Amino acid sequence: MSSILKGIAASNGIAIAKAYRLVEPDLSFEKKSVESAEEEVARFQAAISTSKSELEAIRDKAREDLGEDKAQIFEAHLLVLSDPELLAPIEDKVKTENVNAEFALKETADMFVSMFESMDNEYMKERAADIRDVTKRVLSHLLGVQISNPSMVTEEVIVIAEDLTPSDTAQLNRQYVKGFTTDIGGRTSHSAIMARSMEIPAVVGTKSITSSVENGDMIIVDGLNGEVHINPTPEVIEEYKREHARYEDQKAEWAKLVNEPTVSKDGQHVELAANIGTPKDLEGVKNNGGEGVGLYRTEFLYMGRDELPTEEEQYEAYKAVLEGMEGKPVVVRTLDIGGDKELPYLNLPKEMNPFLGYRAIRLCLDEQEIFRTQLRALLKASPYGNLKIMFPMISNLQEFREAKAILEEEKKGLQENGTNVAGKIEVGIMVEIPSTAVMADVFAKEVDFFSIGTNDLIQYTMAADRMNERVSYLYQPYNPAILRLVKMVIDAAHNEGKWAGMCGEMAGDEIAVPILLGLGLDEFSMSASSILRARSQIHDLNQSDMKKLAVEVLQLDTNDEVIKAVEKAVTQS
Amino acid sequence: MAQKTFTVTAETGIHARPATLLVQTASKFDSDVHLEYKEKKVNLKSIMGVMSLGVGKDAQITIITEGSDEEEALKSLEETLNKEGLAE
Repeated sequence: MSSILKGIAASNGIAIAKAYRLVEPDLSFEKKSVESAEEEVARFQAAISTSKSELEAIRDKAREDLGEDKAQIFEAHLLVLSDPELLAPIEDKVKTENVNAEFALKETADMFVSMFESMDNEYMKERAADIRDVTKRVLSHLLGVQISNPSMVTEEVIVIAEDLTPSDTAQLNRQYVKGFTTDIGGRTSHSAIMARSMEIPAVVGTKSITSSVENGDMIIVDGLNGEVHINPTPEVIEEYKREHARYEDQKAEWAKLVNEPTVSKDGQHVELAANIGTPKDLEGVKNNGGEGVGLYRTEFLYMGRDELPTEEEQYEAYKAVLEGMEGKPVVVRTLDIGGDKELPYLNLPKEMNPFLGYRAIRLCLDEQEIFRTQLRALLKASPYGNLKIMFPMISNLQEFREAKAILEEEKKGLQENGTNVAGKIEVGIMVEIPSTAVMADVFAKEVDFFSIGTNDLIQYTMAADRMNERVSYLYQPYNPAILRLVKMVIDAAHNEGKWAGMCGEMAGDEIAVPILLGLGLDEFSMSASSILRARSQIHDLNQSDMKKLAVEVLQLDTNDEVIKAVEKAVTQS
Repeated sequence: MAQKTFTVTAETGIHARPATLLVQTASKFDSDVHLEYKEKKVNLKSIMGVMSLGVGKDAQITIITEGSDEEEALKSLEETLNKEGLAE
């Protein structure tokens, strides 16, 4: 039967394909006594050997598609499957108690899991997850239940999940994933950002997609309207195919702007740049005519693995991005970990308020070896393009001065060793904390540029956790309070002859773009897939009119009034 | 029986990839191989055993091998530790 679920449109476009559930399988079983313990042990060994060959195949595929560090995760799983300390007690249990292998496996594995979990060390706690993963795989073979192996997908699919974690997405083969839909999440959640960087349609926050869909169901993800159709009628599929074609036509129309500069109707040029997470995203930047990279989120280099990336690994990634952009500006944000982005292997204590806690530059200034390694990798890569370095979560000048001094020290050290470093590297900051926005005039004397990180600036200014659905109504990008802060930052930069950019979701937003153009923003950095639409929008706007609009909206009372004023101004221009 | 004591030099101690390498190396030999740290002794062919020790930087560890190829096993493990810059 066909049905429709409503959610949040997280990434534009329409996808039609079969469902692929990336969800927990049902691995329940009963404790049983067995007649022949020997046969049971043999059945267990068979399940182990099937699991091993499966993991070997996954490991090889991961090595090919995703790189050595992802393959290592499966290498560790394979070792667990060969672990005599795990296997021997299970076989003993089957033999001495005449119980089924499922029970013996679960009991023994649970003992190890609780042992690792009770350790006072985040890294060890993560190992408990490894054992759980491996146990699930063996149990699934004992029970004859299928489990998800996202890296082994070989046909076009729509991924159905409760939520997608960075490690899930790391395992997905981009070639076959046509769309995502999830139970939870919003426009700024990880899965939404991933979908936009992969340029595939996504609908998140449907609340019940995982309980409504079976593997192989036909799914339409309508990322334009935030709808998911489950087993639609042939008529609906036809209609969506036409809609898809219309969207593709529109995209083709926008695509004509790919090599055009971004200029308003009255001739004002602004720069449209892209936010990226990995060198792989460069293809999307090029295809969408990005005039630069406005935000390279380096934390993806550190995530989905179990140790810090080496200087060499980082250097290779930075060099690839700088070379790939062929001299266009690349703003690299130094490590922004903490908050919702955890690195288990750093073994950081849990915090009550992670978004207000030990994260980003705070961590980097404290754990200086991590920071210095990244800076050296960046400096070494700097001769290969137009590098700009940006520090995240700066809340006061002292932090900026310290970070910059460390950068200068590393630069000097490299130069003394005869390493080639680019002569001029602009050094700027993310403005995402209200204290920094308020002090922008003072910062502007010392920094080379600002990039306003709106996702965090909005949540800090409105004191509303953007992950908390109950207060998500307070996430108000057009609230005059936010717009006034943005204006302060842009004006402060211009007074000192510096430039100001924006790298949050707001930079590519259809309502925000006219205001930002009016406020004089120099650089707009957004998901690559939004660039051409924004360019087309700016082509149709007069900056002089938008300046008047900006003056007007700063005096309005509420978010909604601003939206109305923008809509009115845009239809008139 | 053969044995040798090492000092861990790796910044992150012996877990993750280093542990994997040691277990892979130990598993190639017939001898029983054990790792001793702070009076705890675990099977060095067991990844979970090794990781459960939580060996950090500067720790003193002892590797004990016993069996037909105990000398080769110890030598090979020592090479792995040195080559990977884990311990000396």
